[in-house]
Amino acid sequence: MRQLTHLDRLEAESMHIMRETVAEAERPVMLYSIGKDSAVMLHLARKAFHPAPLPFPLLHVDTTWKFRDMYALREKIGREPGVRLIVHRNPEAEKLGINPFDHGPVHTDMWKTEGLKQALDAHGFDAAFGGARRDEEKSRAKERVFSFRDRNHRWDPKRQRPELWSLYNVRKNKGESVRVFPLSNWTELDVWQYILRENIEIVPLYFAAERPTVERDGMILMVDDERMPLEPGEQPQARQVRFRTLGCYPLSGAVESEACTVEEVVAEMLLTTTSERQGRAIDRDAGAASMEKKKQEGYF
Amino acid sequence: MRQWLTRHEHKELLRFITCGSVDDGKSTLIGRLLYDTRQIFDDQLAALEADSKNQGTQGQKIDFALLVDGLAAEREQGITIDVAYRFFSSEKRKFIVADTPGHEQYTRNMVTGASTADVAVLLVDARKGVLTQTRRHSFLAQLIGIRRFAVAITKMDLVDYDEAAFEAITTDYRLFADRIGIADWTAIPVSGLNGDNISQRSGRTAWYRGPSLLEYLDSVELDATAEAQKPLRMPVQWVNRPDQSFRGFAGQIASGTMGAGSEVRILPSGRTTHIARIVTADGDLDEAVAGQSVTVTLTDEVDCSRGDVICAAALPPEAADQFEAVIVWMDEHELLPGRGYWLKLGTQVVTATVHEPKYEVNVNTLEHLAAKTLELNSIGVAEIATDREIVFEPYAVPGGSPNRVLGGFILIDKLTNATVAAGMLHFALRRAMNIHRQHLEISRETHAALKGQKPAVLWFTGLSGSGKSTIANIVEKKLVARGRHSFLLDGDNVRHGLNRDLGFTEADRIENIRRVGEVARLMADAGLVVLTAFISPFRAERELVRSMLPEGEFFEVFVDTPLAEAEKRDPKGLYAKARAGEIANFTGIDSPYEPPQEPEIRIDTTSMSPEEAADLIVAQQILRQRV
Repeated sequence: MRQLTHLDRLEAESMHIMRETVAEAERPVMLYSIGKDSAVMLHLARKAFHPAPLPFPLLHVDTTWKFRDMYALREKIGREPGVRLIVHRNPEAEKLGINPFDHGPVHTDMWKTEGLKQALDAHGFDAAFGGARRDEEKSRAKERVFSFRDRNHRWDPKRQRPELWSLYNVRKNKGESVRVFPLSNWTELDVWQYILRENIEIVPLYFAAERPTVERDGMILMVDDERMPLEPGEQPQARQVRFRTLGCYPLSGAVESEACTVEEVVAEMLLTTTSERQGRAIDRDAGAASMEKKKQEGYF
Repeated sequence: MRQWLTRHEHKELLRFITCGSVDDGKSTLIGRLLYDTRQIFDDQLAALEADSKNQGTQGQKIDFALLVDGLAAEREQGITIDVAYRFFSSEKRKFIVADTPGHEQYTRNMVTGASTADVAVLLVDARKGVLTQTRRHSFLAQLIGIRRFAVAITKMDLVDYDEAAFEAITTDYRLFADRIGIADWTAIPVSGLNGDNISQRSGRTAWYRGPSLLEYLDSVELDATAEAQKPLRMPVQWVNRPDQSFRGFAGQIASGTMGAGSEVRILPSGRTTHIARIVTADGDLDEAVAGQSVTVTLTDEVDCSRGDVICAAALPPEAADQFEAVIVWMDEHELLPGRGYWLKLGTQVVTATVHEPKYEVNVNTLEHLAAKTLELNSIGVAEIATDREIVFEPYAVPGGSPNRVLGGFILIDKLTNATVAAGMLHFALRRAMNIHRQHLEISRETHAALKGQKPAVLWFTGLSGSGKSTIANIVEKKLVARGRHSFLLDGDNVRHGLNRDLGFTEADRIENIRRVGEVARLMADAGLVVLTAFISPFRAERELVRSMLPEGEFFEVFVDTPLAEAEKRDPKGLYAKARAGEIANFTGIDSPYEPPQEPEIRIDTTSMSPEEAADLIVAQQILRQRV
């Protein structure tokens, strides 16, 4: 008899979660951030509903500050058969020219947190899949698979529903919604092993290459386009780097690496000594409890 | 390199729960497991060292407890108050750890964390021995079906690794384990602080011959292995129908195996057919096993939808609508016996009512206590009735892994949608499958057709003195004038007879409405247009009655009179008595009224007379082609 591996079990659990959502929610949507977790989530969704096309659209909450390679992959995915891609940019942030250099935390708040709420409200989505994992950050360790949000998209840690077995309560009143995290029980290593096993296409920035970079506050940043203001005397340097997480390019720290293939990345992961969120400026905004605060405000 | 990578891709998955409090060194133990298996990264370690100096309780040493501590509010209180999940892996297995607190008030969290676990790791402080808490955790873990226990006797460094201390605790635990029937347990002497017998056996406990904790976790048998050997069960989650040529049934296999050609039975209909294909995005499979999420097609065009269960044809489970179950109450609002809750089991969702508990279990002494209800964190045994048959299996399996999927259920409050309880089915009170309801030669359609009308229930709700009975009486006169067969149920003809045994407590009012609903349903079956005039203050009961009737036959008529106005009218002088304290539980005064949110008909009695209201109701029913 077939023995299921840990990846088989994680895959089956994620598919179960997605099907449960589609069966019980009225208007589900998948938040597609173009990163590796989104790529895995999209792959799992295709498997869960095969041979039917995806029974929900993808939503990218754009900030206009993603890496060019990310936009290229997004356009490619958007053209694939059966995929319906919605791109939302917060018009107010666009008008005000909000950017990570001049506006600090306001950048994330307006583009991502507010942008997400706008898009969910505009389309009336009542269930949104996100690629967050419990191993990412301490406050995520307690997050439910089905995370309940009130009419104002707020997350109340005291009002989360107990989740037993593989039995999920998807019921909600009008105007309320759930965020669903099918990858809750995956670790970063699981994600990479699965990308390798399933041969999933991801943004090339995850693989090491020589890229123009500058070093600021101990972070290696890539100069992805001409909008990046250079400090006096600062000269972009070519470094052999890759990214472990991708977001807005001015906020994503690179690591020096020689890993140019998925195999090499997994091997590096197995031997690695730093956590993936280390390269994220967003966690540093307000000290240790910053992610939790963002979640209460409605950040994904 | 490829081979090395492949080996790491092929691990088994084990889920376990840790039970104990921070004082037992639990967080330290988990932190040590993560540290020893190299799951803690350099940047986390640096942050941990800094945090240890600021907030730690171990002086200059690393305080591993800080690693596994989560939300800001909890951090301030210095306790963990929920279930947190941790991940680590050995060479052989990936582990998911449900980390739950040991405090008495958090039975809910422990049961939640244990529901998916194969194994429980119980922590016992070597200096304190087996405590009430240890017994409580063992009982709860066993209740939810955990069969394998590692009893980690912690802080051995503080008793100088004394064998006698270890033996004394082991003997003590054996007495308790024998008493409640825990057969498979292993005691392990450990020190989280120094890492003794955590990942490797320690030289400081040379007298100990058993495995280290990690060796134990690496070798203990998985429930998944047992699940695959049971008969096939697959609850249908979703029907996959991209076009006319394909009709697949998607679900996760709960137990057993299936192959193309397997004979299966679809429950509750009982039809047998065969698996035609097991369809996946990577091509068809010859065989699939418990745990896999698949999509299957069947050889015959049989009726099959979400909530049905695809089973081994020769060994199908039962279907029933009355059960005995153990219930763990998880909500701040206590159980209301008789109220309708959503019950979700597998992919089936039905309305269920819970009877008064037979008894409640004191989780510390395991005594059975008499109980009228169940409150947050209490556990009891009660009978449950569902509004239609569900496919189920008893949760507990003697000597085997529990039937989590078809034996475990949750109860959901119909208004707040909160998960208020978890339960495990013991057995069916009668075998519904074997008792066919008496087939009625005369159908409800026949009754209705004979009267030349469509049955309906006009459910008048509103405060005392709002005008329900007055308006309902006029409506009935108008219906009779149109040649309709009707009947009016109100307090006068129900309270004195059928419901004479009921008072006005919340529970009695719920039962009152339930009975009126059942009678109204029977009368609708007989083809009548039924009018009811009861305060019926709770939304949940009105919705229960709605769900008992065929779609479109229930009409909620909200007689909307503001409290001040009703009190001013006070036709029977009841408000005055309630204000004077002579009547208790009076709706609007000391008992709540939950107004309908989307009534079919709303009557504003401040802007129209009873006669006008009755005309409006009859007119609306004519428009709906009901009269």
